[in-house]
Amino acid sequence: MTVFDKSTEGRTGFFLPKEESYGYEPSDVLPENSVRKESPLLPQLSELQVMRHFTGLSEKNYSVDGGFYPLGSCTMKYNPRLNERIASLEGFSQIHPYQAEDTVQGALEVMYNLQNFLCEITGMDSFTLQPAAGAHGELVGMLLMKKYFELKGESNRKKVIVPDSAHGTNPASAVMAGFEVIEVPSNGNGRVDLRSLGEILDENIAGIMLTNPNTVGLFENEICEIQEMAHDKGALLYYDGANLNAIMGHARPGDMGFDIVHLNLHKTFSTPHGMGGPGSGPVGVKSILKDLLPVPVVRFDGSKFSLDYHLPNSIGKVRSFYGNFGVFLKAYAYILTLGGDGLKRASEMAVLNANYLRTRLSKLIPTAYPGLCMHEFVLKGSKLVSEYGVKTLDVAKRLLDYGIHPPTIYFPLIVDEALMVEPTETETKEALDNFADTFERILSEAKEDPNILKAAPQKTVVGRLDEATASRKPKTRWSKDT
Amino acid sequence: MPGFPYLPQTSRDIDEMLEVVGVKSVSELFKDIPEKFEVDISIPESKDEFSVLRDLSELSKNNVTLNDLSVFRGAGVYKHFVPSAVQAIASRGEFLTAYTPYQAEVSQGTLQMLFEFQTMICELTGMEVANSSMYDGASAAAEAALMAVRVRGGKKILLSEALHPEYIQTIKTYCFGSDIDVETVSFDSETGQIDIADLQKKLTVDTAGFVLGYPNFFGIIENLAEIRTRIGEKTMMIVSVNPIALGLLEAPGKFGADIVVGDGQPLGNSPSFGGPGLGFFASKESHIRKMPGRIIGETKDSDGRTGYVMVLQTREQHIRRNKATSNICSNHAFNALVASIYMSIVGSEGLREIARRSFDKAHYLTERISKTDHVRLVFTGPFFNEFVAQFDCDLEEFNRGLLKENILGPLELERFSKEMKNYGLICATEANLNEEIEFFAGRLEAIR
Amino acid sequence: MKKYAATHEWVSVEGKTATVGISDHAQDHLGDIVYVDLPEVGKSLKKGDVFCTIESVKAASDIYAPISGKVIEVNEELDSSPEKINEDAEGSGWIAKIEMSNESELDSLMDLEAYKKHCEEEG
Repeated sequence: MTVFDKSTEGRTGFFLPKEESYGYEPSDVLPENSVRKESPLLPQLSELQVMRHFTGLSEKNYSVDGGFYPLGSCTMKYNPRLNERIASLEGFSQIHPYQAEDTVQGALEVMYNLQNFLCEITGMDSFTLQPAAGAHGELVGMLLMKKYFELKGESNRKKVIVPDSAHGTNPASAVMAGFEVIEVPSNGNGRVDLRSLGEILDENIAGIMLTNPNTVGLFENEICEIQEMAHDKGALLYYDGANLNAIMGHARPGDMGFDIVHLNLHKTFSTPHGMGGPGSGPVGVKSILKDLLPVPVVRFDGSKFSLDYHLPNSIGKVRSFYGNFGVFLKAYAYILTLGGDGLKRASEMAVLNANYLRTRLSKLIPTAYPGLCMHEFVLKGSKLVSEYGVKTLDVAKRLLDYGIHPPTIYFPLIVDEALMVEPTETETKEALDNFADTFERILSEAKEDPNILKAAPQKTVVGRLDEATASRKPKTRWSKDT
Repeated sequence: MPGFPYLPQTSRDIDEMLEVVGVKSVSELFKDIPEKFEVDISIPESKDEFSVLRDLSELSKNNVTLNDLSVFRGAGVYKHFVPSAVQAIASRGEFLTAYTPYQAEVSQGTLQMLFEFQTMICELTGMEVANSSMYDGASAAAEAALMAVRVRGGKKILLSEALHPEYIQTIKTYCFGSDIDVETVSFDSETGQIDIADLQKKLTVDTAGFVLGYPNFFGIIENLAEIRTRIGEKTMMIVSVNPIALGLLEAPGKFGADIVVGDGQPLGNSPSFGGPGLGFFASKESHIRKMPGRIIGETKDSDGRTGYVMVLQTREQHIRRNKATSNICSNHAFNALVASIYMSIVGSEGLREIARRSFDKAHYLTERISKTDHVRLVFTGPFFNEFVAQFDCDLEEFNRGLLKENILGPLELERFSKEMKNYGLICATEANLNEEIEFFAGRLEAIR
Repeated sequence: MKKYAATHEWVSVEGKTATVGISDHAQDHLGDIVYVDLPEVGKSLKKGDVFCTIESVKAASDIYAPISGKVIEVNEELDSSPEKINEDAEGSGWIAKIEMSNESELDSLMDLEAYKKHCEEEG
């Protein structure tokens, strides 16, 4: 039942201070056609009804707080509550972006220090915190590339190379900055195929977007060669930080020769995913690009923090104000808590957890690529089809019945029936064992009766939903008559 | 071995796991990384949570908080009364720590909430379809401009000069990316509304869209009916709104707007130094396949139970890649939740009352200003709860004085335009009690 | 006369007019079709041009013109009932009628038997 179905005319949960009106009536003062005739149909409920409605909804959600969430590429680690508490301190949450700078020195200090931490962690020279999400950071990175070559008089560089294993946001972001996308295939080891790369790399290429480790969980061990090839042709190297959790504290994209980096504070730095967002996608650059960053930039003169809007070659702004400040605080608190030593340990444990789970699961179905992985790995589900007559989707749905969130499925696109598993460092060995045991149990069910999997899930609040009808004739809002 | 917060592995766990993996040490797992890249980063060492909380609480005190101030400053971020229940419900871990609802069966809470959110946005804006959120109002307006070009073709976007300056900058940046020409349309210096003559002059056959604020940055209410007629059907009317104002102002959909966007911060989200709030995005049903962002739809499961799923995913980057309608992936679903809870508690009557009080208090302030010679109301056009005043004194100095009395005074518009020296943008909401209004009015009248 | 392209479109010829659609094999592969982005009537096509996009829930597939010519009619029923392609891909689920500009192109297309073999080889 929707919140609208529970509504009763005349009921409310909202009470304002009792005050005299000054007597300005909109209908007396405004042009007649500007005054709203019909109230928007918002629900009318008591506070307790609202409480129960949303509590009821929350109970229909799976969450990291509720259980293991090994979604590959999403880094669903624990979201420490200390960070939430800090972000909600009134000195941080109740400040206006247009307050005078001397009344927000604490906020500017957080931003300045966070920028410096991110520079240190990634080996870059300068950071902007403005982008609201990873894809937003990618867009900034691509716009920086565009502006850089425009200023250099090399506007002929209209193409960007993206691996076939890349996240969909990479090609989509490149296109939004006016680039044409060229895919480079992966080789049999799941890495960028250098020969193919050499063939497509020329003077019309603006840059190469890479994720390292890449989306199959492998470190691009030929990164030195790729870097040389790119820079020899005058192209820039872009680092998609989706998988930084694997190498944080061990190796830095800046040292590998990357010119632009975006991070996902909501993955690597433990800020919660909030059902899809808000995230935060800071972008770091080498000094050749620092004057092109979005405005404003936070400066410190030794005694006072300030916002600098005077960057004549800036790409401009990609959103209002300074970025998702509330998210910065959570990432900042996380970095302070773990410290340099803890960040390094976190990535070690992420990689250890992934390899442990990979070893256990690979006894059941093969991994897409042999050998050690970094923080995540990809299983090749084609054996499910050939041996058990079920699909990756069926296994995923059956996992729901066992109260476990399935891995990312059908991504990356280059692996048939892919299952992409990222356990993260905050999971115990027991949780990993439970996942592997459950997976094994599901495979034996598949052997006995594949229909159990095909009919799954049975224990969730709804079963498999009719997505085809939903997309054919989309009903995207509640209405009174239905 | 020292322990670290949030890392549960005991040394025994580590040994057992290494043995199963078949390696001797953790460092062996990193053998693919060329040795020359190994670094020791220089970040202070780990701390317990109590120390971090103490340090950051101290740091937070270097900020003056709105809770200690009478706030007469808006300009895109507004102080409103927010019921305690909003934060209490939203902070539930089942909302906070869930991912994007890719597994619909275990995400019905998220999906139904967003479906309800879409409905509320449609109701507010008078539009047929809404998505489940964007990053903020500015980027939503920029995405609307790109969508207008997708739907209408053409290579030009017109922007009202009275649109929020940060929105203008954002749209220009997005249009730089997509090689779209941008021109601005000036406002009438008397009324503060769009200069219709300038609009008609700049309107060409390849103008895909015209973006304007409602109310605009100066608080002025544009004549949407006239603008709709003047720009014709070929150019999309893209209206950026303050959602609270729509408790009282006619919905843009009623005037034939093609896309309505806005920032949802005023709907229960904390100011948070400007983020995260949320962007909302609504349009007509006929354009739904050209919209950016996630859209939730209602459907049934095999037993006929009602459920919700993401629909029209083929528009999105994870499927369509370089042909997607946008690159947006993460959105601001959590802030959409906050907005939904807020709208559910205040209801239609509550929203109307918030808007009415904001309107009433702001208009009373202009009445008081009319009694002094040292502060002048700049525009004659109709306004909602913000207006521009020209000060006879140094506005920055005036504001410094106000701050000593715990008042956040008018926003100095000089920061956006040199010509607006000592012009202040004044805002009132229901959160300014009458006694604050009286006190502030007294300060305005005391200018000599 | 009915012929098939390697990219899984079919062509049925009557005089100078060719009716085109996607093969039953192709619709089966795509799964539940939810939307068909039909070409504009009057549009000129070269063999191999993308002339239509068919969407299932989780994929969008480009459909290539099997022959050159001008679009003279589209199957507007697909707007409201895209599932027609699932139900009857090679009949009432046709996509467009094309006035052919080069009939000799038909020679390079496959007959049913050759097409079946082609599908088997593709796996």
